[in-house]
Amino acid sequence: MSLQVADASLREDLMSNEELREQSNELVDVLLKAMSDRNLSDLSSPDFEPVHEILSGISISRARQGFSPRETGLYVFSLKDALLQNIQEELKNDPPALIDALLKIDKLMDSLGVVTFDTFIKGREEVILRQTDEITEISTPVIRVWDGILALPIIGTLDSARTQVVMESLLQEIVVSGSTIAILDISGVPAVDSLVAQHLIKTVAATRLMGAECIISGIRPEIAQTVVHLGIDLSNIVTKATLASALKYAFAVLKLEVKKIQKEKAAI
Amino acid sequence: MDRIPILRMGHFLLVTIQIDLYDRLATNLESDLVQMVNKTGARGVLIDISALSIVDSFMGRILGNIGSMSKIMDAETVVVGMQPAVAITLIELGLELKGVSTALNVERGMELLQAKIGSDEGELIDEDEDSAE
Repeated sequence: MSLQVADASLREDLMSNEELREQSNELVDVLLKAMSDRNLSDLSSPDFEPVHEILSGISISRARQGFSPRETGLYVFSLKDALLQNIQEELKNDPPALIDALLKIDKLMDSLGVVTFDTFIKGREEVILRQTDEITEISTPVIRVWDGILALPIIGTLDSARTQVVMESLLQEIVVSGSTIAILDISGVPAVDSLVAQHLIKTVAATRLMGAECIISGIRPEIAQTVVHLGIDLSNIVTKATLASALKYAFAVLKLEVKKIQKEKAAI
Repeated sequence: MDRIPILRMGHFLLVTIQIDLYDRLATNLESDLVQMVNKTGARGVLIDISALSIVDSFMGRILGNIGSMSKIMDAETVVVGMQPAVAITLIELGLELKGVSTALNVERGMELLQAKIGSDEGELIDEDEDSAE
């Protein structure tokens, strides 16, 4: 089977540059090496391992670069078009052989396409998982705003797993820093349902058990509405409108006072 | 049989739990402590559980019980040094230890007790001084 399909990759140039051509050349080379008359009908033969490997590499890297599945799929199937064209020209005078070859190539390329999609989706999932991990890590910073006062701004939706992380890191930080007041700022939480409220109440209770006081600040009007409509009782929890007023309250509890410095001139 | 030592410090009783509590030990502690409060007329009980890493619902209940019992006998209870894991467990078990005060460490706990008892004590000391004169 003679295939001069090295030029098949050209049509992909609209998307990228030299790198793409290199990639395609590599793929075509390996594919040609792997293909022989004997194994064309057996798609699971080990001869195709290197092809699969290269395809996986390409589609994973494409998934990371943010290509759409459609583009990745078209990239592989463009190879099919080129192959078919070549075969058609070559076997013009022998229709039965042409049909046979066409069917085989069709099957082969389909299976390659499936491999591509498989790895493409795997690559995407990896990206998503990594991002999820990163978000959980960066989304629960415990800030020491003052000696003995911790603040924990929560941004984004609260679910059980995240509340667990929030609670653990808060309690740990309370022990480490010896703080007596923790401010939980939920102005970045888009919605509160009964479950989230339950989690908040749990966090507050756990903080109390540790011997610290927990203030919830930044409850937005919509959230206040939902909380009351859901019949959740937050009355035994100290709540403040803003982080600033929570801080003020914390200062009052710790018997601290913030004063404006009098100008020296005025003092003289 | 093992017993948890109960130390007397002025008006307060100090209990430090250094080993993991099993049920028998906990019930003994409960009765011993109430007896001690009665005998010494202590005004405050400070329980240090910083070494306690495992807690179950029974233990949580005992802590709560000690709190309420001391309350009836006119003594404040402060639990200090709870580990984060223990706090989370207790909350998940639904035990919020409502009648018990908490503090971060023994020092803070003592301050808290003194602040709570302080007002009464002040009068007592004054009376003592008066009688001395």
